[in-house]
Amino acid sequence: MTRGNNTEATTREHRRAAHGPRRSRYTTRSIVVSASVLVAIAVVGVVTLSTGAIYVAPVDVVRTLLGNGSRITDFAVLDLRLPRVLVAILVGGALGMSGAVFQSLSRNPLGSPDVIGFNYGATTGGLLVILLFGGGVLSTAAGALIGGLVTALAVYLLAWQRGVRGTRLVLVGIGVSAVLQAVNFYLIVNAKIADVARATVWITGSLNNVGWEHVWPMAIALALVVPMLLAGARWLNMLEMGDDAAAALGVPVERSRLYLIVAGTAACAIATATAGPIAFVALTAPQLAKRLTRSTGAGLLPAAWMGALVVLAADFAAQRIAGSGTLAVGVATAAIGGVYLGWLLRRTRR
Amino acid sequence: MTDTIEKPVVAARRIPGKRLLGLAVLIVALVVVALLSIAVGARSIPLPTVLHILFHRDTSDAAFSVWDLRIPRTLMGLAAGASLGVAGAVMQALTRNPLADPGLLGINSGASAAAALAVSVLGLTDLTAFVWFAFGGAAIAGVLLYLIAGRGGASPVRLALAGTAVAAALTGLTQGLTLLDRQTLDQMRFWTVGSLARADGATLGRVIPFLAVGLVVALLLARPLNALALGEDAGKALGAHLGRTRLLSLLAITVLAGAATAAVGPLMFVGLAVPHMVRAFTGPDQRWVLPCCALAAPTLLLAADVIGRVIAPQEIDVGVVTALLGAPVFIWLVRRSKVARS
Repeated sequence: MTRGNNTEATTREHRRAAHGPRRSRYTTRSIVVSASVLVAIAVVGVVTLSTGAIYVAPVDVVRTLLGNGSRITDFAVLDLRLPRVLVAILVGGALGMSGAVFQSLSRNPLGSPDVIGFNYGATTGGLLVILLFGGGVLSTAAGALIGGLVTALAVYLLAWQRGVRGTRLVLVGIGVSAVLQAVNFYLIVNAKIADVARATVWITGSLNNVGWEHVWPMAIALALVVPMLLAGARWLNMLEMGDDAAAALGVPVERSRLYLIVAGTAACAIATATAGPIAFVALTAPQLAKRLTRSTGAGLLPAAWMGALVVLAADFAAQRIAGSGTLAVGVATAAIGGVYLGWLLRRTRR
Repeated sequence: MTDTIEKPVVAARRIPGKRLLGLAVLIVALVVVALLSIAVGARSIPLPTVLHILFHRDTSDAAFSVWDLRIPRTLMGLAAGASLGVAGAVMQALTRNPLADPGLLGINSGASAAAALAVSVLGLTDLTAFVWFAFGGAAIAGVLLYLIAGRGGASPVRLALAGTAVAAALTGLTQGLTLLDRQTLDQMRFWTVGSLARADGATLGRVIPFLAVGLVVALLLARPLNALALGEDAGKALGAHLGRTRLLSLLAITVLAGAATAAVGPLMFVGLAVPHMVRAFTGPDQRWVLPCCALAAPTLLLAADVIGRVIAPQEIDVGVVTALLGAPVFIWLVRRSKVARS
């Protein structure tokens, strides 16, 4: 299956090369799609900011955001709701990018970090910090980041056999994630009940209780990782054509793959550290973006916008439709993602 | 694919001595592990006392531990282990896929999600009532897997991926349920990973009939599954009813995995690792593989349970131990197999 895609992509590249240097990354279509998704993010964001216990009219939301709000709207919009919206956008964007990187690397739509278990590793790291050291926001985030990176390296090394192939990476990841799920379970069962409730909410993926103290560390971390990912994107598009073709084009195959794995895992782990492992976003967002833009490359930016929209919309649904904040955003994305996944697999069946 | 289908006919009369030896070793190991499982536990009871209690039941605390906690637990481990091992072997034969396992492919997660749904939404507490939901869940997961992966010709990799996806979605559902329902979180935790700690005589009595029927059906399928291993055309030429064999195999897998999950929760990797270990000395003949799996899988499960009981001050659930033991086997299979070299 992967080989079929691969040759197809290669021939398409050849055809494009024959027709002259057309850059696939910035087609009109992908610009229009990206702009529409950004508008949708803005709309859902404003709706989320205006609804809740205190209703603020959308016009007032915009006015408050521009710095001309009253005391009440300042409190409701800027203090309570804005951090949550920003975190949702950042988390979704990071997950979308990370998913695009891994799906492109493994040349498989199922090769996303939530299937191959990097966010289980991040969860293990975060849980260890919460349960053993009673960690705060920053130390939990650090734990998740280290956990995710260690897992990624372990999977990479275990899948190594004279180079790493996409399918083997995915299957080894499935095995490793089973171990990590078991470890996570053990950690939760043997913890104090107060920690357990907190940890359980965290591991399902939740944006409840998110404040400004979550926004800043995340924004700074992403400001470091996102340029790294964008810099690696040119290798990614060449790696997609196959290892041999990429090597012929002068790409250091294994070294660039390791670099992309580390950077992609970092993005995923940063998101996990803040909101817990929100399921299926990294899986669905790049695929949705790819279908809408109809582009052949990895499409990191469209995937990021789409991820932000998915998490924002899922959090809105979980928050306002289910009510009372009992339903975590992770449950909503899992429900949407599960259905989407089945459809995806059925459609790509050969 | 070539390493998944070997020729049973060729191997049939090659290594009878090795098989008999293997069978003997399996029986001895099973007896030893079962005795260990009865002798070892949170309360330390000296071995002579345990043996004495086994033959002369009295009203002491030690006798309570042995007869009301450890013996049901051991028997449950035997029953669930045999079911999962045989279900895994049937599944690997049916899909001709070395990576098939009811836990890994989401059948157990389906059973667990449906049972958790029945417990939390319908408020069912009696196992005889919700075991049917577990069957339903296992069957639905099986059908989903079939629909997603595509009939017959799904490659091992594709089936494993589809199964993981099904398992991930269903585990998410179970997790969501446990999260929404804080009060039963404590009891429901058991649905997310497998455990033998809750086993008691009553539960055992209720699932045994299902497991027995499933095991008998599976063992009767040994010969048709051998024919199936030769491929569709050769199988038909040998007079096998392919459709009937597939249907009965699916039924056996559903009943075995569903009932075992209803009793002990979703266990991973038992059905994956055991058939591979067993085939190492029996060869691919299902008439040997299936009964040997029924002996080897409970040995593994009980050993994992005993390890979980003694290794840490607080007991480690058997599901965690089997994952820790089984995942390396899975990764080794992936590295070794030709299927993942693309």
